[in-house]
Amino acid sequence: MSISHTLLGLLETGPRHGYDLKQTFDQKFGHDRPLHYGQVYSTMSRLLKNGLVEVEGIEPGGGPERKRYAITDAGITDVAQWLARPEKPEPYLQNTLYTKVVLALLTGRDAGELLDTQRSEHLRLMRELTRRKTEGDLADQLICDHALFHLEADLRWLETAAARLDRLAEAVRA
Amino acid sequence: MTAAALLTAEGLRKSYGATAALDGADFSIAAGEIVAVMGPSGSGKSTLLHCLAGIVPPDAGTVRYRGREVSAMSDAQRSALRRADFGFVFQFGQLVPELTCLENAALPVRLAGASRKEAEGRAREWLRRLEVDDVRHHRPGQVSGGQGQRVAIARALAPSPRVVFADEPTGALDSLNGERVLELLTEAARESRAAVVLVTHEARVAAYSDREVVVRDGRARDLAGAS
Amino acid sequence: MGARFALAGGRQGWIRTVLTAVGVGLGVAVLLLAASVPHVLQQRDARGDARSGGVSEEEVKRSSTSVLMGSAFTTFHGRDIEGHTLQAEGKHPKLPPGVEVLPGPGEMVVSPALGKLLDQDGSRELAHRLDGRVVGTIGDEGLLGPGELAVYLGSDQLRPGENAQRFDRFGVPSDKEPLGPALLLIVVVACVVLVLPVAVFIGTAVRFGSERRDQRLAALRLVGADAAMTHRMVAGESLVGAGLGLLLGGGFFLLGRSLVGHIRVFDLSVFPSDVTPAPLIAALIVVGVPVLAVGVAQSAMRALAVEPLGVLREAVPRPRRLWWRLLPPACGLLLLLPLSGRLADAPLTGRFAVSKTQISAGVVLLLSGVALLLPWLVERLVGRLRGGLPSWQLAVRRLQLSSGSATRAVSGITIAVAGAVALQMLFSAADPAAAGERGEREKPAAEAESHGWRDAQLRGAPTQHQVGTLVDALRRTEGVRDAVGFLEVSLSLKSDPAQMASAAVADCATLRRLARIGSCRDGDVFLPPPQDGDEADEDVVTPKPGTRFTLRESGKGAPEWTVPASAREVRATPRAAAESSAGVLATPGAIDADALELPWLNGWVRMDKGRPEVTERVRSAVFRVDPGFSIADPADPEDEVLSKAVDTYDSVRRGIFAGATAVLLLIGASMIVSMLEQLRERRRQLAVLVAFGTRRATLGASVLWQTAVPVLLGLGLAAVFGWGLGWVLLRIIGEPMAGWTSFVPIAGVGAGVIAVVTLASLPALWRLMRPDGLRTE
Repeated sequence: MSISHTLLGLLETGPRHGYDLKQTFDQKFGHDRPLHYGQVYSTMSRLLKNGLVEVEGIEPGGGPERKRYAITDAGITDVAQWLARPEKPEPYLQNTLYTKVVLALLTGRDAGELLDTQRSEHLRLMRELTRRKTEGDLADQLICDHALFHLEADLRWLETAAARLDRLAEAVRA
Repeated sequence: MTAAALLTAEGLRKSYGATAALDGADFSIAAGEIVAVMGPSGSGKSTLLHCLAGIVPPDAGTVRYRGREVSAMSDAQRSALRRADFGFVFQFGQLVPELTCLENAALPVRLAGASRKEAEGRAREWLRRLEVDDVRHHRPGQVSGGQGQRVAIARALAPSPRVVFADEPTGALDSLNGERVLELLTEAARESRAAVVLVTHEARVAAYSDREVVVRDGRARDLAGAS
Repeated sequence: MGARFALAGGRQGWIRTVLTAVGVGLGVAVLLLAASVPHVLQQRDARGDARSGGVSEEEVKRSSTSVLMGSAFTTFHGRDIEGHTLQAEGKHPKLPPGVEVLPGPGEMVVSPALGKLLDQDGSRELAHRLDGRVVGTIGDEGLLGPGELAVYLGSDQLRPGENAQRFDRFGVPSDKEPLGPALLLIVVVACVVLVLPVAVFIGTAVRFGSERRDQRLAALRLVGADAAMTHRMVAGESLVGAGLGLLLGGGFFLLGRSLVGHIRVFDLSVFPSDVTPAPLIAALIVVGVPVLAVGVAQSAMRALAVEPLGVLREAVPRPRRLWWRLLPPACGLLLLLPLSGRLADAPLTGRFAVSKTQISAGVVLLLSGVALLLPWLVERLVGRLRGGLPSWQLAVRRLQLSSGSATRAVSGITIAVAGAVALQMLFSAADPAAAGERGEREKPAAEAESHGWRDAQLRGAPTQHQVGTLVDALRRTEGVRDAVGFLEVSLSLKSDPAQMASAAVADCATLRRLARIGSCRDGDVFLPPPQDGDEADEDVVTPKPGTRFTLRESGKGAPEWTVPASAREVRATPRAAAESSAGVLATPGAIDADALELPWLNGWVRMDKGRPEVTERVRSAVFRVDPGFSIADPADPEDEVLSKAVDTYDSVRRGIFAGATAVLLLIGASMIVSMLEQLRERRRQLAVLVAFGTRRATLGASVLWQTAVPVLLGLGLAAVFGWGLGWVLLRIIGEPMAGWTSFVPIAGVGAGVIAVVTLASLPALWRLMRPDGLRTE
């Protein structure tokens, strides 16, 4: 999953300090793998360089870094593109998708559309696998079936997520 | 796509009592195309199928089949259309328990006016292709679920329909049987250039389609453009 | 537990219990009504006896309590009016039951129904006929039924021994004429025929909705009930249904009883209070129906294994065996055949010299054969049916898989029809016997009809003066073309009183109508030679000039009359020959009119049959001259004894037809219920068939076939058994086989039942054909 896009997306909800960003990220997405501070700052500097964020101000007081980051228009466009782009269907996709859904909800975008797009991408791959399966030998069939079952599990999750978007939106914005 | 469209629907609305099953759904399918209609249960998939097939008249909106407005036809005209041009496969309870498998498969052809001999000849052909020729003299209660479903598919295809409507055709089958049935269905449909409207909530079933449409909250969303 | 199931089994269980209770209730009500018939008849007879004038051994003397009563029977538009004239001879006349004040001359007492009829607009002619002042109403105790038309007319014209009889009390001891053996046989068969199907119907009603119940039982087995418990539960459930049915049946019965007073069938009406079931039969019903219910429910469980995971019907039901199904009808035949010819003598009036039990048992066994053979027959025949239209194929296949439930309901119809066929054959055989005696009378009428006329004969006990008045009155009546009336009197041969001749007494003008007499003066006598049929009668002498007769039958010194030497032989006119067998035509001057004993009125009226109401006007004219005169319209012959027998036959026949129809309707109702149940079970399949574009007509036709095939097979079997039973019964009364086509009307009703069942199922079918059935729940 893309940490830079995630942080960028979090900034879209409002300017934040680097520390704030880490806290919010950990709280919302990093349940088992909290973010290092270093990761936040290196990502921010890369985004600054690319003009996707800007420093809104530096707070007075202790600490080496007290910069307050804000997203630029280019950054917003970048988030939008990222969210709209379906992920390559592969196993264990849910982290990225979950992050995308939450960010979409946080930034007031249509999370349902995001899920549909993703589902369509999944199905495209599944269709391909199904075709390969019906044309291939037994080994092909077994391999394809493995992938198909995983993709199907993902898709089911997508369905479930889509059905719960309203409740998720409430939780996320709370 | 609209130019080649065989069956189209626009702005379909249908309510059962206070609940709106369809709330402005659009749909289109081209000749020979296999389109999966997906969505969670209760989303209106089956209602969409019923409206498309002219089984249920929509409250609002239009259904067009080869330029004719199905939604404006009388009940008798729609019945005649279904007999002549459409085929149906459902999840369960669809074979008449008293008739043999052969008689079941021949029934729609006979309803369309063919003689018994001709109808049973065509039905026999399809039973053979669907690998259930050996149970043709059994009654539905005496064959397995998978065999029954194949008989049902043979029945749907025997009248050479232009559109086959399949509503969760593998819903009652295990995955291996289900896949085989789907393979046979799609293969047979492609060979006979029949379009298939495949209602399912299972992605692996939908994966046999060319394209999918998602129904959510009574609205159909064509995802073709996104892929 | 089963009882709780029946009452608290949710909406489905409740509906099932109600259906069963209503079905059983209807059956019970019919049985109770049937059980009330003896009491109804007994009460009618008792009241009929009570109002008859009491007859004593010795002659009734004139006293302060004696009354004279004469007949004043009349008919209005086919409805009989039981009329009597009354005349008090003293200050304290005895009164007939239900009459409080003896009507004086010009007054009358009418029954409530007649009072109502007189007030109607269309009854002006009747009001003209019965124009007395109404001074009272006949109470219920003086009427056979609430709808009876009866009147007592006050009079001062009654002459005891001539047009009236003297009584000093009312009421005769019950001397009920036993029904003729043929009629009794018919009644016995009719009871069996009507009661058996009702029993079958109750058996069917007990099984309403049993398929759903079986599924509930399976669910119970899953939570730990054992097989014995499920049997007990079924028993309990059916007991509750039957018990409720008994209560409902009692209710229906009371309802029907209260309605019965307003209904008039075949000119018969019944007082609700008379409709009381015989206690023994009622007790039998109360005990028998629950027993039957439990028995049927248990036997239905036999072919069924209720397992925890579902209900297993025997996958391939055993083919039905034929041999034991043939046993009961064979036994029945063995019981009936030895009785052949036993009632051959005088089937209409003889004594019933045969064990009723043997006949009833034979009939029951023979008829039960229909119900037993039908399932076998349907299974065999339907099993061979193939192909045909899709609707036919659907129906036939359905019947092949479950012919049992289809035939169960039909077997009731079959018994009723077989019985009705046999009964109709009995009637057809008995009818010609009666018709033969009627034939001669009807001949002239037929001739008259062909000329556009309708003739009516006159009868009564008149005086010479009255005859003239009557003929004048008739000739003045609109629509009458011709009226001839004359007195006739019986003459005994002086030398041998057993030898008789009859004489017509009338003026020359009238005599010219009777014979070609040529010149005629008062005092002349003419002798028409005997007519063909009369020669054979040994007791009739041919009067010749000089033949000596006595004018009164008994007593010495009776006035004598000798045929004068001047009497001429003449030829009678054909019309007179048809109406009168008088061997002497005398002018009043030739014979002492006062000396004539018990003369009777003879004559005829020719009416323009095209005129409306002419019959009623003629009746009025005759009635107003003397209520005791009657007029026999050949269009409906009224020869007393014979026509009564014919009437009884007709009403019993119509009664049986009505009963059979009612039973068929009852069974039709149960077929509708099971058809609806079956359709409900198949709603998903129906929806799928509709999706395929199946025409409504196809499915409707399939329902029609599904009802029609078993019913038609049943009717066919019923016709065969009916013929068989009819043949056996006809042998008993020694009549040749007749009435082959007698099954046609009742078969028509059967066809009607098929139509009704199909039509009644169609709305449900249309509703179930809506695509809602496709929606998965």
